[in-house]
Amino acid sequence: MAGFVGCDETIERLYFYLDGELTEVRRQEIALHLDLCGPCVGAYGFESELRKVIANRCRDRVPDALVARVADALREEHGRQGG
Amino acid sequence: MADQAVFSDLAMEYMPALYTAALRMTRNPADAEDLVQETYLKAYRAFAGFELGTNLKAWLYRILTNTYINTYRAKKRRPEIADVEDVEDLYLYRRLSADRSPGLGRSAEDEALDRFTDTDVKSAIESLPDAFRIAVLLADVEGFSYKEIAEITDVPIGTVMSRIHRGRKALQKALLERGSTRGLVGASDEAR
Repeated sequence: MAGFVGCDETIERLYFYLDGELTEVRRQEIALHLDLCGPCVGAYGFESELRKVIANRCRDRVPDALVARVADALREEHGRQGG
Repeated sequence: MADQAVFSDLAMEYMPALYTAALRMTRNPADAEDLVQETYLKAYRAFAGFELGTNLKAWLYRILTNTYINTYRAKKRRPEIADVEDVEDLYLYRRLSADRSPGLGRSAEDEALDRFTDTDVKSAIESLPDAFRIAVLLADVEGFSYKEIAEITDVPIGTVMSRIHRGRKALQKALLERGSTRGLVGASDEAR
């Protein structure tokens, strides 16, 4: 059964919680604390938003020339293997 | 056992993700392109040993990461500092929310996040040492689990967790430095 955890423990486990890497009981403990604690839910919301910003702001478009180059290299390799 | 004829159908869709990772690893478009091409060639040759139905994306990342470590990293002239400094929990949050004005709707820290550009985020990631940069990339940009990252990088899961967590906090500090330098973020580097 899930027990009560405090702010320090919640912040310490925040990355595991965000990453979905806690056991179900542990996850419920953090979720319960976040339901009850404004400051921790603020920190959680920020870390979660930051994660999205990092994922979204570091995408690069693949150059068309690279797609063509890789396709050519694979075709050549295929020919070399007698396929 | 997988047929090489189906390789392109299955593997080409991962190129944008692999190219992004390659760019962050090598920090250089020419090297990133070579790294991606080499990854696809190696994967193609090894594809007969790939078990269909298992995680192809993770398998490709494993080849990419190993190729980077064995080839491109070895080429570098100066060795890089292998560790990051310890940064406290909630480093960025505490600094960005320090000058919070109450009752203004969206919080100051969320507004501040919007002001970071692609260049800020990319250069902050690229400032991390290899092991931390790769762990954070795989977790936060590609969404792999701790276990998958342990398999991709051949590192024990405890080490993976530590690298992700410490790498993220070092990344927060690097981001704040970039935001402050460009005057985009009002907060100073002092804790409240």
